[in-house]
Amino acid sequence: MGLLDKHGAIERNASFLLVGSLLVVSIGGIVEIAPLFYLENTIEKVEGMRPYTPLELAGRDIYIREGCYLCHSQMIRPFRDEVERFGHYSLAAESMYDHPFQWGSKRTGPDLARVGDRYSNEWHVRHLTDPRSVVPESVMPTYAFMKNTPLETDLISSALKANAMVGVPYDESMIENALSDLHAQANPDLDSSGIEGRYINVRIEDYDGNPEMVSEMDAMIAYLQMLGTLVDFSTYEPEANYR
Amino acid sequence: MRNITSTIVVGFGTFATLLLAAFAQDSAFRIHMLIIAMSLGIATIILLRMVNFTPAIKDDPNEYMDGPIRVGSILTMMWGVIGFTQGVIIASQLAWPEFMWEPWFSFGRMRPLHTSAVVFAFGGTALITTSMYVVQRTCRARLFGGGLAWFVMWGYQLFILLAATGYLLGITQSREYAEPEWYTDIWLTIVWVAYLVLFMGTLIKRKEPHIYVANWFYLAFIVTIAMLHIVNNLAMPVSFLGSKSYSLFAGVQDALTQWWYGHNAVGFFLTAGFLGMMYYFLPKQAERPVYSYRLSIIHFWSLIFLYIWAGPHHLHYTALPDWAQTLGMAFSIMLWMPSWGGMINGLMTLSGAWDKMRTDPIIRMMVLAVAFYGMSTFEGPVMAIKAVNGLSHYTDWTIGHVHSGALGWVGMITFGALYYMVPRLWNRGGLYSIRMVNWHFWLATLGIVIYASVMWVSGITQGLMWREYDSQGFLVYSFAESVAAMKPYYILRMIGGLLYLTGGCVMAYNIWMTILGRKRNERPIPGSIPANAQPAE
Repeated sequence: MGLLDKHGAIERNASFLLVGSLLVVSIGGIVEIAPLFYLENTIEKVEGMRPYTPLELAGRDIYIREGCYLCHSQMIRPFRDEVERFGHYSLAAESMYDHPFQWGSKRTGPDLARVGDRYSNEWHVRHLTDPRSVVPESVMPTYAFMKNTPLETDLISSALKANAMVGVPYDESMIENALSDLHAQANPDLDSSGIEGRYINVRIEDYDGNPEMVSEMDAMIAYLQMLGTLVDFSTYEPEANYR
Repeated sequence: MRNITSTIVVGFGTFATLLLAAFAQDSAFRIHMLIIAMSLGIATIILLRMVNFTPAIKDDPNEYMDGPIRVGSILTMMWGVIGFTQGVIIASQLAWPEFMWEPWFSFGRMRPLHTSAVVFAFGGTALITTSMYVVQRTCRARLFGGGLAWFVMWGYQLFILLAATGYLLGITQSREYAEPEWYTDIWLTIVWVAYLVLFMGTLIKRKEPHIYVANWFYLAFIVTIAMLHIVNNLAMPVSFLGSKSYSLFAGVQDALTQWWYGHNAVGFFLTAGFLGMMYYFLPKQAERPVYSYRLSIIHFWSLIFLYIWAGPHHLHYTALPDWAQTLGMAFSIMLWMPSWGGMINGLMTLSGAWDKMRTDPIIRMMVLAVAFYGMSTFEGPVMAIKAVNGLSHYTDWTIGHVHSGALGWVGMITFGALYYMVPRLWNRGGLYSIRMVNWHFWLATLGIVIYASVMWVSGITQGLMWREYDSQGFLVYSFAESVAAMKPYYILRMIGGLLYLTGGCVMAYNIWMTILGRKRNERPIPGSIPANAQPAE
């Protein structure tokens, strides 16, 4: 075979081998990933999506910190059993502000893409504090410490700003008021007009039942309670988004 | 004068990390930097005690540079045992959830610790170590760049330390197998570029006209990992004195970038790199040439070309557009062929030497590694078919598949390479004990077989329970019931891991005794000594 005999040239030159390998391994990624950034039908058109509130974002950071994604997916596949068990199948639009995505790869525990509004805040507090007190079969770690740990909030506006820099539509006023919005969402006694003007569909509650302090538990439950609740499926037309 | 520059550099590093800790913007970053400062401080003290002002003995440029390889061999062995131990621990945590100490030792923080310990600490150190060994001997040239090899070896260990301590503190990007945060990623980039320079430099100064096939695979592994690592870790730090960052991409684009990385961490870290290992150590141990030169050309180029496309099979039936899923599936199935090209080339290298399977446990280990490589690269394409993936995804089947690759292929070929290298690196006549290699072989094999088959059963059970309907059209099982059904399998899986770990400990003892220069008084393996060499009755 003539072609294979010519391979000797590559074998005798380390730079050829380096450049050749790099070229060959670049192709697949370019063809598969690059179009996702410009094909318009990659992300469905939906109503209701908004960036995370500062408290939800802080809760999401804790979700990531504790490695929840290793046992819980956030991606409901379009199968009958999954849709019946967890709710409407997940849309790409629902994670369009997720830096990084949290689709997960393993279900040691159930999918959480639509866990929002399913359980009460009290249930979540009990479950995170001692999972087996409400689900005897559970193998989840206990997260009792979250209730006693005050949420670190020093960097919350910087966190919103970093998200804005990678494309999440946080505006100036959202970044400026991040800290006050965070407190306003965890305490119904505070003035909520500011946060309600900046974020649609926001739950304002004392999530962990302790009004004295904004704890990690507050942030975590605020995040869990909004998961999958934003998109308005009454106006969603799947046929218009077939790809 | 020896160890002067390195002492100054490490001492400066201690000071710099202390400064970073002092000005840290969040508590996790502060603790992380303090831990690193403490470790570097200890390293500085050790180095200071080794400073020597007598004129350095000039290195002989005609001699191979084996110092970093000796250190790397011991570290590989150590990380192996640590990584397997962590595996047994987290397996137990799933079986008995009381076995966790929050927040630092909960499953969510321990699992990245286990995967990184095995993939990056054990596998990565093994790859760096063996590539340094192989490239010198196949190029007949000393490693390029003077002390560069030492920097690569210890710089990589610092990366492991940064990553591991970070996980326990909850510092993670949540990108599987790319969990370390932005500053650890930058450090790894520096080390990796040095590694590429070291490897390319040695290739360029080679005395052999041809670059041996093992080095093609090592080179493709180094350069592709560089590309994957940089693109997948693009992120915006919240503060340059803080631990947190947000990834550049979001949602569906982020997901595919991550699994383009994730699958090719398997493809290039755990496959191409270890194929390089196979192409050197298997023919050496068997004392046979590689079976087919042409097959190695074809399977090298097709393997590295096709692998990159396979990422989307991790995202079947998700919100990733269908066209990308289908492309990923098609290329995953095609990937079966070049994968088996490597397996055939490895196995057929034993033509005419198959009897060694009986008499040489090291060969047996390498052959089993190649067999497991063939098995898991067949299982992979099957699982990439959408209809199969619909059942297997999100279940323990995936975990079982990964482990037949990691324990069977990556682990076994590394053990084989270590058993080959160590007696030569320390100039010992042979291993402390061949019979202990045999014990290691059987403990590890039994461990893998238990692990993989238990995970098949549990994964398929899970998948079937989730989609089970009764005659009335209702779901039969709640999710919690499927969790409860896993308990016996999780215990059995832990036992499989324990066997594999025991094998690893036997190896550690055997290799340590070999390094000390001991020789175990034992009967030889039957048939390993030619009949005519035995004394007459």
